[in-house]
Amino acid sequence: MSDVDTWLAHYHAHSAVLPGAELPWLADIRRQAIYRFADEGWPTRRHPRWNHTSLAFMDQQDFAPAGVAPDAAAALARLRGEDAGHWLVFVGGRFDAALSDIGPLPAGAQLSSLAEALATHPEAVEAAFGSHEDGDSPAALNAALASDGAWLRLARGVTLEAPVHLVFIAGADEASRHLRNLIVAEANSEATVVEHYLGSGEASTLTTAVTRLQVDADARLTHLKLQQEAEQTVHLARIDAVQGRGARFASHSLSFGARLARHDIGTRFDGEGCEALFNGLYHLDGRRHVDHHTRIDHAQPRGTSREFYRGLLDGLSRGVFTGRVIVAKDAQRSDAMQRCDNLLLSRQAEADARPELEIYADDVKCSHGATVGQIDEDSLFYLQTRGLDETHARRLLTYAFATEALDRIDLAPLRKQARAALMARLPGGELLEELL
Amino acid sequence: MKTATATAPANRPITNFLDQEYSAGFETLLEADTLPKGLSEDVIRVISAKKKEPEFLLEWRLEAYRHWLTMTPPKWAAVSFPEIDFQDIVYYSAPKKKDGPKSLDEVDPELLKTFDKLGVPLHERARLAGVAVDAVFDSVSVATTFQKELGEHGIIFCSFSEAVQKHPELVRKYLGTVVPQGDNFYAALNSAVFSDGSFVFVPKGVKCPMELSTYFRINARDTGQFERTLIIAEEGASVSYLEGCTAPMRDENQLHAAVVELIALDDAKIKYSTVQNWYPGDKDGKGGIYNFVTKRGDCRGARSHISWTQVETGSAITWKYPSVILRGDDSVGDFHSVALSNHRQQADTGTKMIHMGRNTRSTILSKGISAGHGSNTFRGLVRVSPKAEGARNYTQCDSLLIGDQCAAHTFPTIEARNPTAHVEHEATTSRIGEDQLFYAMQRGLTAEDAVSMIVNGFCREVFKELPMEFAVEAQKLLGVSLEGSIG
Repeated sequence: MSDVDTWLAHYHAHSAVLPGAELPWLADIRRQAIYRFADEGWPTRRHPRWNHTSLAFMDQQDFAPAGVAPDAAAALARLRGEDAGHWLVFVGGRFDAALSDIGPLPAGAQLSSLAEALATHPEAVEAAFGSHEDGDSPAALNAALASDGAWLRLARGVTLEAPVHLVFIAGADEASRHLRNLIVAEANSEATVVEHYLGSGEASTLTTAVTRLQVDADARLTHLKLQQEAEQTVHLARIDAVQGRGARFASHSLSFGARLARHDIGTRFDGEGCEALFNGLYHLDGRRHVDHHTRIDHAQPRGTSREFYRGLLDGLSRGVFTGRVIVAKDAQRSDAMQRCDNLLLSRQAEADARPELEIYADDVKCSHGATVGQIDEDSLFYLQTRGLDETHARRLLTYAFATEALDRIDLAPLRKQARAALMARLPGGELLEELL
Repeated sequence: MKTATATAPANRPITNFLDQEYSAGFETLLEADTLPKGLSEDVIRVISAKKKEPEFLLEWRLEAYRHWLTMTPPKWAAVSFPEIDFQDIVYYSAPKKKDGPKSLDEVDPELLKTFDKLGVPLHERARLAGVAVDAVFDSVSVATTFQKELGEHGIIFCSFSEAVQKHPELVRKYLGTVVPQGDNFYAALNSAVFSDGSFVFVPKGVKCPMELSTYFRINARDTGQFERTLIIAEEGASVSYLEGCTAPMRDENQLHAAVVELIALDDAKIKYSTVQNWYPGDKDGKGGIYNFVTKRGDCRGARSHISWTQVETGSAITWKYPSVILRGDDSVGDFHSVALSNHRQQADTGTKMIHMGRNTRSTILSKGISAGHGSNTFRGLVRVSPKAEGARNYTQCDSLLIGDQCAAHTFPTIEARNPTAHVEHEATTSRIGEDQLFYAMQRGLTAEDAVSMIVNGFCREVFKELPMEFAVEAQKLLGVSLEGSIG
């Protein structure tokens, strides 16, 4: 079962062996976090931020380990190909040193597992770890139980040329995994971080993942998340960024797997002149459910944000998008633009979109747009006149709709990986490869 | 018309009633014009008895009241106000004004100045300011000829109480079929204690020859704070109904919880226009009306069409979501809105379009203007149910900000469950550009006139939906309401 009592018991059984258990500040956060979770329980529809995604079923949900050991090495090889870069692999919620290849790092860069960072420089981790109050109750559960994750810290002016890849592969023995990634990019540094969530098999498992990013003045950080969990997984994730003056942050969220996935993605502009790009793509079929809940907080003046989300909904699936843009009272000259477009591919799919603007300043330029529709009949007809049959024409147009989101990923190798992940999902992907 | 002067029983101290025995109190209450504060089943029985309502309506009210007791006031709107004590409200007061000013000289000079700017005719001013005079102007005869003509077409247009007496079968058939008793907290309260309102019935195939308006329906002018309106257009009928008035309404009630139900059968068309300019409170947000209204139209028949147009400039707090249920195939729903909040006003308004029939279409056009410390929220829902084949919605929602202390929010929700649906939403928020202002002022306009002109341009698409004379007044009204917002 996955009710509150089960998790309390889980906490009591495991808290002593979690990394950093000997650190009083961390033990304190974990204890308060589990009590908060116990107090609030799983969010239900009554919760304003969860009214399209209820987790009430979790109380009755049984999670079980997959039992079968994943071929992590093969999965990694497929993903990695020839890519050099910095690769950290986590199997079943724990860092796997044998599969990982951190590679050479420039001076001033720290990259390791969270467990290791807690052992070597706990003070720095403490500053970045966050508190038990962050986010909703699933994030609190994560704070209480996080078993590992990545630690990346870039000193002032340090640039990581190659992307950092974090690969999270579901293990054989755990019914749940709780990952926490902490990224600190000091002033004027630059990096790209990619999170891959991979799973396979039919077992019901739970993943909670929290990524916290601190992007200091004039730093540039690109974050890409590829969610390709197993069919029966519940994936509850949160990405939280804080940007300093002139910092640039890009978040790409590609959600293709899991039975239920919830992504809370947010950033706050803590200095003037910040820039944020939020780009998202989700493809769903079967009875799957994906909910993106984004928040861009223009807390300081002259910030620019651009947000684009696209959803492809097939089968009996349901895609939810809530995008909140807040412009604080003194955040003059803010410029915010947001779009959410959904393509319904089946009769029973559902798309829900809630673009929200909350504006307290007057010298602003804000807009949002949302659409739900189907494949344009004229375009379909045009392609058929060019000799494609209807099925192929439909697939091509579906791909074209999605590809706009891929084009916003500016690193070619990452774009290729994202594209491969999309192709693996789309019906007739191989045929499309031939056409293109 | 005649307005009675104050009657003695109303002036008796409330304690007199409170000290009385329950059963006796019942009798005495019947004689009085005003009930003591508070709400109970007995109060509802008294209201119903006073209005000589049939048994079914009393039962209906009681059912609503019992449901209301189980409910809590909604908290989700982006408005803030002190909690309302529902036992501190008088739920029935005979529709007579007793404490109004005796002549125009006693009326607030600010109000008179506003009348001047709006160009309200002299004989109208007294009526709007609530002056208790015997005959304001010849409105009785106007109304009589009006009703005669309507009668010839078979159109019923009367107060709700009158409809209950003369056409109970129609009331029974349609009341609460669009907004059920327990729909929401305020609708339930209204269902329990509603005082009066309008009733319109347009029979099969009849096109109403004139615009209907509360303006002419003098017999139920002071409908009080719990207004109930029911409009039914039978097959092929059409009607345009105007509610409200552009001039500021003097009103002593704090809470308004009205319910409006529209029912359009096959090929029928209902157009409902509102200009709401209740007292918004003073510059510092003291006083003002809480306007908590449930308005809903039901496109029950195929090819029916319901259109809401609203200009909301008054009230301290507006909480209002005129909606359309698009049940019939090929039915059409429209929502056109201008909402302005200046000083400390708060408006949380929008619409719901529920697409259920095939090829249903809806358009939402919302223009929000925030000035001063005002807060303006658009909250909308477009739902396409699985059977709504070919549903189409277009939403345009713009906010204009004047001043750096105001707030504008946009909370639309789209729920699409049919792949053939096309739903589009566009929203923008911006302020009046310095260059726009500069250009207008360079041509000799004052800053206030320039802003007023730009705002009117911003609202033009909505104003053109209003009946002609209303549109002209609405434009002037915006100018007046924006006064003091340009620093």
